[in-house]
Amino acid sequence: MLKTEELQINIGPQHPSTHGVFRMIVTVDGETITDLKPVFGYLHRNHEQIAEQNTYLQNMPYTDRLDYFNSMANNQAYAMAVEQLVGIEVPERAEYLRVMMVELTRILNHAGALGFLINDMGMWQTQLAFGMREREKILDLFESASGARLMCNYFRFGGVVRDLPPDFIPRLKELLQAMPAFVDELERLLRENEILMQRAEGIGILPRDLALAYSVSGPVLRGSGIPYDVRKAEPYSVYDRFDFDVPVGTVGDVYDRFLVRIEEMRQSRRILQQVIEQLPDAQGGHINPKARQNVRPPVGDVYARIESPKGELGFYLVSDGSGKPYRYKVRAPSFINLTPLGDMCRGYKVADVVVILGSIDIVMGEVDR
Amino acid sequence: MIGQLLKGLRTTFGYIFTQPVTVQYPEVKRPVRERFRGRHELKRFADGKERCIGCSLCAAACPADAILVVPAENTPDHQVSYGERYAATYEINMLRCIFCGYCEDACPTNAIVLEHQYELSFYDRRDSIYTKEMLLVPEDQGHGDAPPILTQLERRPSPPAQIDL
Ligand code: SF4
Ligand code: SF4
Repeated sequence: MLKTEELQINIGPQHPSTHGVFRMIVTVDGETITDLKPVFGYLHRNHEQIAEQNTYLQNMPYTDRLDYFNSMANNQAYAMAVEQLVGIEVPERAEYLRVMMVELTRILNHAGALGFLINDMGMWQTQLAFGMREREKILDLFESASGARLMCNYFRFGGVVRDLPPDFIPRLKELLQAMPAFVDELERLLRENEILMQRAEGIGILPRDLALAYSVSGPVLRGSGIPYDVRKAEPYSVYDRFDFDVPVGTVGDVYDRFLVRIEEMRQSRRILQQVIEQLPDAQGGHINPKARQNVRPPVGDVYARIESPKGELGFYLVSDGSGKPYRYKVRAPSFINLTPLGDMCRGYKVADVVVILGSIDIVMGEVDR
Repeated sequence: MIGQLLKGLRTTFGYIFTQPVTVQYPEVKRPVRERFRGRHELKRFADGKERCIGCSLCAAACPADAILVVPAENTPDHQVSYGERYAATYEINMLRCIFCGYCEDACPTNAIVLEHQYELSFYDRRDSIYTKEMLLVPEDQGHGDAPPILTQLERRPSPPAQIDL
């Protein structure tokens, strides 16, 4: 029997597969991981403290930069928090527009996340390019509605900043029409794919009880077999009017998370189709005309949460009655989903770390804030 | 094995005959959408007078503190804008700006508008300060036709931003 010695290696912070500046101190015994310690903070931008020095409205574009893949979802969570704090009504059309944007965000996030995951597995850029191609179509829609592709800053208190441009809905319908082909192709290419099965099946298992104990959320939690989705558990906005399923995995490995994301893209498409059907046709109903933007909420606190594509995204705001938040706290899904990384990696090979990390789908802008 | 290989290659060959979705930047530029928020411009009235009245509302609305406005008084023989004051200095720090569009929302005279130019790279940090001379549209662009801003009224967000100073 060979005597082996434990060795500590450093993955990151400057490593192409860590999805940003993220460092892992990995203790390996041969090829097997015995311990993994995540180190965050390289991208810390003092988000919460900056937000406490800005007015409520000025924070809206800053929330875009938390999880820069999903600026619309961040906007919605923040707008909901302030609306609950102040007591602003949101017109029906605005709610539908919000849901539409956030579901589009979910599709583009998953398309990108799956692409990056496959890239991490060593299948190079093809799948990533496919995902990016679809993402680009959605970003183009965002640009025509909000004026920016990524940092949309589209939401305001009481609605969204502008109504849709006239050609938006036809283009959205076109996109939804073409979408199943893309998702099916993605699934066809990967479902039984030899490389993917070897790299993903049975790797990075997060058992049910551990997932609960770490309070992970989003596709990671659902991959572990817990059908928890804020859209169903605590319907906000107009989600109680739509008919959609919450896909769950069985084992909680990388492959399950992968399948959950594919299915969620289909479910988002279902929601979008219902949105188009039910969208109230009130021009100008995109914002509550009585809602002031320079809000001065009464003293109090609020926690509002949504199901962002990465998990439960919440904003906790404390108001002292002035025009700036007294305390501003983000419950960032990427950060909390990242905490069980050590437990998920223990016992697997060092090459699996990259895949497991990719399957959690993090954005460092949100982890470090 | 061979069968799987062929199956995979079928997809590859299928893609040879599809149109590429990419464009050859910078030779080919993708047009931006109507509402795109890019580089700022300071607009003029049709007679060439500046729209900006030096009120600093844009600077107050800016979340990134990117704008510096130093106003000066208009005098009868040096009337730069309609109003009591005009902006003697108007600077935007493009390293700070996050292109949120709040300055455009806040401006009472529609003087500052985010236009479609997006290639804003520079070699020196000091070049990131865009001065009034760079931002202001040429004087002759206010004459003749209606100034661009009037044709862009549709681009305005519906609720004007209300700012407390
Ligand atoms: S676009 Fe936003 S960040 Fe840029 S100058 Fe205007 S208000 Fe400031
Ligand atoms: S650009 Fe508009 S908001 Fe800014 S100082 Fe001039 S008039 Fe005021």
